[in-house]
Amino acid sequence: MRRTLDVAFALAHRQVTVLFKNPSLFIPPMLFPLMNFMAFAGGLSRLRHVPGFDFRGGYTAFQFVFVLLQSAAFGGVFAGFGIARDFERGFARRLLVSAPQRSGIIAGYAIAALVRWAMIAVVLTTVGLAAGMKIGGGGVDLFGLYGLAIIFNQVGLLWAAGVAMRFRSVQAGPLMQTPVFMALFLAPVYVPLDLLTGWIHAVARLNPLTFILESGRGFIQGEPTQVGLAFGLALALFAVFAVWARTGLRAAENAG
Amino acid sequence: MRQQVWLIARRSVVRTFRQPGTWIPPLTFPLMLMAVNSNGLRAATHLPGFPTNSFLAFFLPFSFLQGALFASGIAGVDLARDIDTGFLNRLALTPVRGSALLIGQIGGAVGLGALQACVYLGVGLAFGVHIDTGVAGAFLILLLAVLIATGWGTLGLWLALRTGSGEGVQSQFPLLFFATFISSMNLPRNLIEVTWFRDVATINPVSYMIEGLRSLVISGWDAQALLLGFGFTVALIAVSLTLAGRQLKVRMART
Repeated sequence: MRRTLDVAFALAHRQVTVLFKNPSLFIPPMLFPLMNFMAFAGGLSRLRHVPGFDFRGGYTAFQFVFVLLQSAAFGGVFAGFGIARDFERGFARRLLVSAPQRSGIIAGYAIAALVRWAMIAVVLTTVGLAAGMKIGGGGVDLFGLYGLAIIFNQVGLLWAAGVAMRFRSVQAGPLMQTPVFMALFLAPVYVPLDLLTGWIHAVARLNPLTFILESGRGFIQGEPTQVGLAFGLALALFAVFAVWARTGLRAAENAG
Repeated sequence: MRQQVWLIARRSVVRTFRQPGTWIPPLTFPLMLMAVNSNGLRAATHLPGFPTNSFLAFFLPFSFLQGALFASGIAGVDLARDIDTGFLNRLALTPVRGSALLIGQIGGAVGLGALQACVYLGVGLAFGVHIDTGVAGAFLILLLAVLIATGWGTLGLWLALRTGSGEGVQSQFPLLFFATFISSMNLPRNLIEVTWFRDVATINPVSYMIEGLRSLVISGWDAQALLLGFGFTVALIAVSLTLAGRQLKVRMART
């Protein structure tokens, strides 16, 4: 266990150092959620006047939860790009040879993804508060919201790590991003679920991310809803993608 | 001159379409976003004063613009690769004219822009979008969409010549995306509630490009919207070409 943690912390330290030394790797993942937040919360706030829009926390808070979860997932996915880059440059192969406990490799990338997203979350929250976001929930509610986002960040990382370790090339980037993007946008992004109609309503009703998103919005509004279901689904996704990442690591080991 | 443009344009078009990984995502991604947003934002049509009851018709023009943005990336990255591999330096040893190089190099982006415009318009019509200005309007939509792709593509060339690297071009993309997001892409400007956002959207030329296309789809012949749409597009082409031409002289310094 100790050797796993040694590998994990050493790798996480290296990844975070690389990140700080290369602003071009850090700034775009920071800008995208901010841009989305400004475009959605600023440009679409009139949607709160649509008949049936029953979220009482204001449109800025409504969109903040989506953008927070999106930034968490993409924080993980962008960390996956780093894994693919490490394979392209040969660093990951040297790591596979030298690490005494290889499961620590995934843990190390996961810690780095969490640190990267934590910084984005701080900036995003500050911008949200500066934009006049109303928070109806208390400390426990916010703990629930950010807890969901942390699990979601790790789910994004594990998905991207599984892809990166199987393809071992940055060219697999669209494969890491597109399914996450689609899954997020097939949830009730702009209006509550009840206001969606047609095929997107049918898809959103079955999309696990809908429950996580609605639970997050319940937390920020101070009216927690579907908490058990949301955390259950988030943890189930975490378990499934942990297996996906571990088998990806095995595929990378077998590839030599 | 014409022969030089033709040879370089042919190379640009062939190079773009020879790599499916280059042109398929820019073609399909706006379609995916159109499918999701036109349904996810359908509730917006219930807002008093919303100009149509079909959000797909309202959102369709944005797909042309988004496709053009991707095309600009292709044009920029391809030219950056030519700089990186020394192709541009070898061209500098030949009598090829700078203007021919720029016009030819944009060929791939224009070709892709034309393909995108036809596909998006076809998909829109297949899903029930009614073009208010009829067949003539549809042709004008295609023309404006190709011009917009040319404008953004030329901007991509300038970025490539300025930065000299594919990564440099890619790193500018968040800014270009930002320009498209802070516009009237999702709601008409008069329905944007947040004052600063409405003000930025009003001074953002991208809003007028979208509104020019949108007017042809949902509100009939609107001379003002068309003049602004075509005017800002031609201005973008002119400014980007001038900047790219200046930068090319620096890049292709012949001694």
